[in-house]
Amino acid sequence: MIELKNVSKWYGKFQVLDNCSVKVEKSDVMVVCGPSGSGKSTLIKCINGLEPFQQGEIFVDGIKVNDKNTNLNHLRSKIGMVFQNFELYPHMNVLKNISLSQIKVLKRSEDEANEKSMQLLERVGLKEQYKKFPSQLSGGQQQRVAIARALAMDPIAMLFDEPTSALDPEMINEVLDVMIELAQDGMTMAVVTHEMGFAKKVADKILFMDEGRIEETADKMNFFDNPKSERTKLFLSKILTH
Amino acid sequence: MILENFDFDVILGSLPFLMKGLKVSFYLTFLALIGGIVFGTLLALMRVSKFKILSYISMTYVNFLRSMPLILVIFWFFFLVPLVIGRPIGGFYSAVIAFTMFEAAYYSEIIRAGLLSVSKNQIAAARATGLSYSQSMIHVILPQAFRNMVPILLTQAVILFQDTSLVYVVSLRDFMTTSVIVAQSQSRLVEMYIFAALVYFIICFAFSFMIKKLQNKREAQ
Repeated sequence: MIELKNVSKWYGKFQVLDNCSVKVEKSDVMVVCGPSGSGKSTLIKCINGLEPFQQGEIFVDGIKVNDKNTNLNHLRSKIGMVFQNFELYPHMNVLKNISLSQIKVLKRSEDEANEKSMQLLERVGLKEQYKKFPSQLSGGQQQRVAIARALAMDPIAMLFDEPTSALDPEMINEVLDVMIELAQDGMTMAVVTHEMGFAKKVADKILFMDEGRIEETADKMNFFDNPKSERTKLFLSKILTH
Repeated sequence: MILENFDFDVILGSLPFLMKGLKVSFYLTFLALIGGIVFGTLLALMRVSKFKILSYISMTYVNFLRSMPLILVIFWFFFLVPLVIGRPIGGFYSAVIAFTMFEAAYYSEIIRAGLLSVSKNQIAAARATGLSYSQSMIHVILPQAFRNMVPILLTQAVILFQDTSLVYVVSLRDFMTTSVIVAQSQSRLVEMYIFAALVYFIICFAFSFMIKKLQNKREAQ
């Protein structure tokens, strides 16, 4: 479903991604972890072409992302994305936030879009909040709306860029619950996160990044119990001790 | 004492004439404001465009107009526009064009700052759902930018209102010009210039006060 082949990226002379290759099969969940500045977010943003890259290839559903002839807008409409700071549109209410792209991109009628939005709000447990503005919601609620906004496009895959790291601890689970449910429903997902509990529960593949390189790719059993690289061992020893 | 012979009747008597002038001032401000914001938005969008040539054209235009005295721009358009289009269009419309072109240069800088005040991640979020660049601008970025800019745009509108008095140099009958006409024809300079100052002061001060209130209300939110 998602395939990265030898992807490298530079900001000027600074290399942020170094020859990254990985494959995510349909309905699989890939968790990307690693220290900050290791290129996790950049890697995930390359998948829907939000970040350009200079070398390598990325395919999503057989379509080449870094091809001039690819209609990126169309491709992006099929890949949902959730951001660290939610990025809801502050000047629109919750319903409008979710309906906007359905109307403008998928050309759904307003009624059709709103109906879909309400279904998704119900799914993430926020049906009552549809008239509120983002600033009137808690962080956890905002992130659930953002997930609903991404799902409204009927995506074939979902990208999550540290979806819980801007949240107060007591709100993390309400977002993770929605994500776990999505994973169990068979959504193809690529998730940048430090939530190892989430990884243990639903990840099919865990990727550890450091300094722009993919240091280790493993299934969850091997990643936690039998990591190969020293760098991964060090990272795990630091985050799993408490 | 100058005020001993202060003649209110000259003001009252010429009120209809002066009100006509005030209407012209308002109308000119309004049209130049709308035109300036529309054209200024275009300039700002060109300036932030990834196409270097558009950015360069916009930058040159803005820097050039901002280096010109307004009064010169008014003269230009008054004399040039009829030459270019081959027929007179009247002082009013040439003034509207002059103010629109001039104000757009200032508005574009305000609007550009407004565009830059919206987080880049908002564009990323909009584009991630498949919205095109222009759709993202229209539905997500510009509305937020304008919301942030409203107080500054209105403050600039107050300055514009004061600046419209410069159309005196092309004899367009706005409030300033009509006041001068009355003052000179009736030899009542003191009354008329005090009255004109009061009118400008009340309008501008009241408007600025409203903007301040609006700003405080927003900051409280």
